[in-house]
Amino acid sequence: MFQRRVNMNVSKIKDSLIKWVKESYHIEPFEDIVTKKQVPLHKYSVWYYFGGITLFLFITQIITGILLLFYYKSTEGAAFESVKFIMTKVEFGWLIRSLHAWSANLMILTVFIHLFSTFFLRAYRPPRELTWVTGVFLFALALGTGFTGYLLPWNELSFFATKVGTQIAGSVPYIGGFLRTILRGGEEVSDATLGRFFAFHVIVLPLCIFAALGLHLAFVQLQGMSEPLSVKDNKEKKSIPFFPNFLLRDILAWMLALGVLASLAVYLPAELGKKIDPFAPTPAGIKPEWYFLWMFQALKLIPSKIFIFDGEVVGILGFGVMGLILLILPFIDFPSRKGKRNLFLTSLGVFMLIFIIVMTVWGLIDKGGHG
Amino acid sequence: MDKKSFLKHGFLISGIIFFSYPAFSAETRDTCIECHKALDDKELSAPANFSQDDVHIKIGISCADCHGGDPASDDVSVSMDPAKGFTGKPSKTEIPKFCARCHSNSDYMKRYNPNMPTDQLSKYEVSQHGKLNAQGDKKPAVCTSCHSAHNILAVDNPASPVYVSNVPNTCAKCHADKEYMKEYGIPTNQFDDYKESVHGQALLVKGDRSSPSCKNCHGNHDAGLPRAIYVGNICSQCHALTYDLFSKSPHKPAHDRMGIPECEACHGNHRIMKPSDDMLGTGRDAICVKCHSSSSKGFKTALAIKNSIEELKTDITQAKESTSKAERLGMEVEDAVFDVNEANNSLTKARAYIHSFSREQVGSIVEEGKSLTKKAKELAKKAIDNFNFRRKGYSLAILLIFIFSLALYLRIKMLEKNKGEK
Repeated sequence: MFQRRVNMNVSKIKDSLIKWVKESYHIEPFEDIVTKKQVPLHKYSVWYYFGGITLFLFITQIITGILLLFYYKSTEGAAFESVKFIMTKVEFGWLIRSLHAWSANLMILTVFIHLFSTFFLRAYRPPRELTWVTGVFLFALALGTGFTGYLLPWNELSFFATKVGTQIAGSVPYIGGFLRTILRGGEEVSDATLGRFFAFHVIVLPLCIFAALGLHLAFVQLQGMSEPLSVKDNKEKKSIPFFPNFLLRDILAWMLALGVLASLAVYLPAELGKKIDPFAPTPAGIKPEWYFLWMFQALKLIPSKIFIFDGEVVGILGFGVMGLILLILPFIDFPSRKGKRNLFLTSLGVFMLIFIIVMTVWGLIDKGGHG
Repeated sequence: MDKKSFLKHGFLISGIIFFSYPAFSAETRDTCIECHKALDDKELSAPANFSQDDVHIKIGISCADCHGGDPASDDVSVSMDPAKGFTGKPSKTEIPKFCARCHSNSDYMKRYNPNMPTDQLSKYEVSQHGKLNAQGDKKPAVCTSCHSAHNILAVDNPASPVYVSNVPNTCAKCHADKEYMKEYGIPTNQFDDYKESVHGQALLVKGDRSSPSCKNCHGNHDAGLPRAIYVGNICSQCHALTYDLFSKSPHKPAHDRMGIPECEACHGNHRIMKPSDDMLGTGRDAICVKCHSSSSKGFKTALAIKNSIEELKTDITQAKESTSKAERLGMEVEDAVFDVNEANNSLTKARAYIHSFSREQVGSIVEEGKSLTKKAKELAKKAIDNFNFRRKGYSLAILLIFIFSLALYLRIKMLEKNKGEK
């Protein structure tokens, strides 16, 4: 009797709250999207979850990043010591930093998987061109956030990797010198570089990510999930409601990601490294983070001269062109736009995927580093 | 100037230069070197083959500046004429005074090297070598025995026989030669002993030029046997703290009273080995028991000091094991490692304070070390506990994630079973 009365009261409060929100904020259009949205169910559905996992890891990044900000000091003299303080003195500081570092790496991995799965499933077909474009921007922003964050512990590895990375950026024709100076805040990697990398890492790039992510998610919600060409014409189509079915499945995937993240953070905690000595020569075997390694390794393989052109410049321009093609892909993949299969593009994608994996593994096992 | 006049003046100038050449040349020529170099007898030609690094040649001092004569003349009867100051080769016993003509003349030496001492002869005369030399003994070392007669290299030249790391070998040329030293009745094993010693290893093997060689204890020009009772003053040049402690200890008056050498009594002389803790206490290799009987106060003090040092060593080993364990687990124990290093410094200090022979003084340093090892062990334990806490926390978190995931999975299955897929 008492229980029934309590349930009735709870239900009343819930109803009046929903009524108040609906009357005050006119959320019916959003409610329709959430409640009526269906998510296709097919043999490739598993790839849908990588977008959600990426979002989960990004949220983890934001939360752990804010916590790290309580103690981190972005100056040449204090950066390394502050990270050391976080790792050794702050309660659970080691865990927060390890979660931040590992979620960054996992997020970039899931971004790669999400990008390639979207590519192979041709999910960028009309009308989802802008979803792809915002996704490519998010990919670039994630790489930029990783690059700027890597320097912040101000240890030997990060210092010299940034030195090499900004040096490569300096090879871009015409604007290279300007770009390098902008990135470094001067001629050399210094306190000024640390300051601006910090600002980019915690303010500029996250704001850009929020903007691009907002659009990306809005497009996904408004247009729904794309169906691959191979299952589009199936007669017996299956789908599940976005809310609560798909969302619950998404949360299940998040839990799996959380388990992996916690295991990595506890068993392989982020290392502090060695404090840098800016006057020391570049140590042997300096490499960028793994997600830049395939480009770094490929640049090392390009001959120093290609006809009359500088090999490194040709390589950098090549990567630039690849990035541009990636960005405008939905607009130039004409067969897919017409709903036809594009075997050439699939082959090219497979080749690129193998190339990236081989180059990354080669870069990891290559002891030469920056030569 | 016309062409004829130009030729006339040209011939005149050339003629002056040509005919004045022998006179000009005679000033720069050194017939001593020219003639001696050409001699077949190697003993006579060798002195003329000067090294470019010879200290005298470098500053323009030639044969005649030491041996006299006229180096400008090609005629032997003129160039080696005693009337022209030619003295010839000095006998071995004459050499110290021969060199001292310049080297004891401070006015003269200031021209070349104002910082160079000029007391070598006066020191030599009081040295063991000098005393025997004065008695007409030709075997003891004179200047040339160590510095060589010609091709004299600066003392900071690594090729010089008197360069710091070459000194032991230079002394050993005579002092390790049993046959040569036979008549003096002194041992000839000093060099062999020195080579094995901590000092010899540092200087000859590791190249540590701050390590003492023969001259640091025996002197160089005034080389002699240090009086055993003053040995401590020699060692204290480097081992200041230990000697200071010794001087204030009850051992000092006892050694003085009994005429026992100070440092040498325990550490030896040429064969000074790296001291070990076994030298301390009452064990088989302990030195203390050589003088102190088991009923003496010194015996008890030695035992107490030895025990306290051993306790600190045990504590340091345990602290190191704890910190290493924490490090192997991937924990940050920098502060604990620092404390262990500081405890090691305390151990080193305590070992030095053994020379106070005071159990209180050694004990207080040992206590400092022990408090550091205690702190290090606590920090290491905290790190290991923290590691275990992390593992437990991780297990709990994974369990919660699993339970939540299982609940989610069941909820999803239930939802899809109830509503069915479209």
